[in-house]
Amino acid sequence: MFTIIRAEWLSPGVKRMRLRAPLVARHRQPGQFVILRVQETGERIPLTVADSDADAGTIDLIVKVVGKTTAMLCAKARGEAIADVAGPLGRPTELSSDGHAVLIGGGVGTAVIYPLAHALRSLRNRVTAIIGGRTREFIVLEEELGAAADEVLPCTDDGSYGFQGTVADRLSNLIACAEEPIDTVYAAGPVPMMRAIADLTRPYAIRTIVSLNPIMVDGTGMCGGCRVNVGGETKYACVDGPEFDAHEVDFAALANRLTAYRVQEQLARERYDSKCALEVSRH
Amino acid sequence: MALTPKERMQITRQPMRERDGAARSQDFSEVNEGFTAEVARLEAERCLRCKDAKCIAGCPVGIDIPAFVAHVADGDLHAAADVLLRDNALPGITGRVCPQEEQCEQRCIRGKGAGCSVAVGHLERFVADWARTQSDAVAPPREPTGFRVAVVGSGPAGLTAAGELARRGHGVTVYEALHAVGGVLRYGIPNFRLPNEIIEAEVERLTAAGVEIVTNVVVGTTLTVDELMQEEGFDAVFIANGAGLPVFMGIPGEDLIGVYSANEFLTRVNLMEAYRFPDADTPVVAAKRAVVIGGGNTAMDSVRTARRLGATEATLVYRRSRAEMPARKEEVHHAEQEGINFRLLCSPVQILANEAGWVRGIECVEMELGEPDASGRRRPMPVKGSEFVIECEVVIEAIGTRANPLLTQTTPDIVLNERGNIIVDEDGMTSKRGVFAGGDITRGAATVILAMGDGKKAAAAIDRYLTGVDAPAATI
Repeated sequence: MFTIIRAEWLSPGVKRMRLRAPLVARHRQPGQFVILRVQETGERIPLTVADSDADAGTIDLIVKVVGKTTAMLCAKARGEAIADVAGPLGRPTELSSDGHAVLIGGGVGTAVIYPLAHALRSLRNRVTAIIGGRTREFIVLEEELGAAADEVLPCTDDGSYGFQGTVADRLSNLIACAEEPIDTVYAAGPVPMMRAIADLTRPYAIRTIVSLNPIMVDGTGMCGGCRVNVGGETKYACVDGPEFDAHEVDFAALANRLTAYRVQEQLARERYDSKCALEVSRH
Repeated sequence: MALTPKERMQITRQPMRERDGAARSQDFSEVNEGFTAEVARLEAERCLRCKDAKCIAGCPVGIDIPAFVAHVADGDLHAAADVLLRDNALPGITGRVCPQEEQCEQRCIRGKGAGCSVAVGHLERFVADWARTQSDAVAPPREPTGFRVAVVGSGPAGLTAAGELARRGHGVTVYEALHAVGGVLRYGIPNFRLPNEIIEAEVERLTAAGVEIVTNVVVGTTLTVDELMQEEGFDAVFIANGAGLPVFMGIPGEDLIGVYSANEFLTRVNLMEAYRFPDADTPVVAAKRAVVIGGGNTAMDSVRTARRLGATEATLVYRRSRAEMPARKEEVHHAEQEGINFRLLCSPVQILANEAGWVRGIECVEMELGEPDASGRRRPMPVKGSEFVIECEVVIEAIGTRANPLLTQTTPDIVLNERGNIIVDEDGMTSKRGVFAGGDITRGAATVILAMGDGKKAAAAIDRYLTGVDAPAATI
């Protein structure tokens, strides 16, 4: 069992959790993830490790409530435990040095790019972070990123905070008027967002890395469920990724495969929510 | 009074009781029901007790088959279990999944000509199942040697090695990457062939003998082999982390929804219990029409699983003929009873999509057998113009696996072959001193019993390595 030693809401439906997982913490590098299972009969889901402390033996996860599994996970409080955590998994990010790196996080994707900021900074990069959310309250980790990045540029769809528009719009502006050319873009977020970033940087031939989030089961290269088409080849996100050259990724196939269990996911979530409601009404 | 050979020859092979094909194709309970004590005794009496018993040489773990069978005939099941467990840590499993018809039973003198071999596998299962109900069937562990061995992977090779090493008094810790123990026995082989409680009981016997099992540790990333030896204090390591990376055919349409590797499909159903969805959280696409590609045991397990998930048309597509199918004969027979369609001499060309990006069918081409190829089997060649479509919602590819890279890429001093499998010497030792390997990571995809044979052989070699002349000093 893996004990939760800290848990706090960052924004509506987004929770930051610190878990005791000493072996994972000891080896984990930026870009890697864990597979976890909340309880018996639970499913295995991948989550990026946002931060880790090898001395304290802890890892930090940032979880957005999407389906039943993430809802169950976020319902856990400090002192409670989750059944299984395995990792670190996936290849660490291949970090560039001595250049201008732009990190782009869409929604909870910010948790994926966040650990890169410190690492890129220590490799003498200028680091610009563009982070987006629907409204101000969905912008996460702005302060933490500010401590590592040279500049943090928040964007909201409604303009309630920072730039009004998408992170891709903001990147477009940056490319157009940047005093310093951009060497590498690292992006994580919803598939349409990553696709938009890839389409935007392609004509400029800016090296663009995306962290993909396909459905996984074992996470160790055994099942092949996370396969993605990259440059016409089948790659396994769990052992070959999760980060790939954005200009080579078949985003349409990825987006399609992510919808495979939409009906079941909805059913599971509804059953869980009604069970929770029933328990609340009993108390 | 002992029977004469002539009397023994007059007893015919006792059939295994099987649940009705139609009924069992709706659930995941075990197909075979096992021998009754009376039937087992009768079957055991068929053994001619050959002095130079060929069956033993046919067994990858070298079970003294005539001895245990004779004990069954005499009604001394305690003695039978002792003989069995002396050479085989997992008899309840091998009695169910070994390809006996190619091993012990193939060598049996009673199977020559028109005869039928002694049902060694069914007798092994009978004795193992009896032993499971006996609380005193656990042999006491030996005096501890003070040596500690790390076993990577809790599949058949790892569990066998763990049992053999513990029996010799070594401290054993098994590291498992998944949340549950058993490796391919758990995620790959379905409940209807090998119920989970059998795996659990066999594992319990190992833990009772002092074996420690740690789940959720991916050796190679959570802990490296060097750390196991230098920091965790293990004197030797046995790597049995199995096959990985499923192979796809590379035909158009493989990224559609409804296309699975057999590994994923079986893992969802067996390990994650997707057949209980939504009571278990992991879903699987349950198709009315499913097509499985391949001719091995994994293909057979997949197609029979698809049937149980509700496929009214479950079809196996195999490019060669029945004679070349690598699957156990019993599995093919069971699949036929359960109403599986076989499309032999038939090869997939492409997977077809509907507008929503889901599988709607698979286009295949008929094959004919040409000249023998490198494997000695006649090479299948496509018949021009014979393309046809099988309509289906799910396609499962069961055509093999490649080596898993996670451990070997962080242990560069272990030498691999060109396929990424670990190279070992005749003792199972790798190029790295004190590190041994066996099972699918050395062989590519093979069988449970061959993996167990590797585990047994490596355990003996590790024991010699630890206690021999140039052995490292004991840690306590």
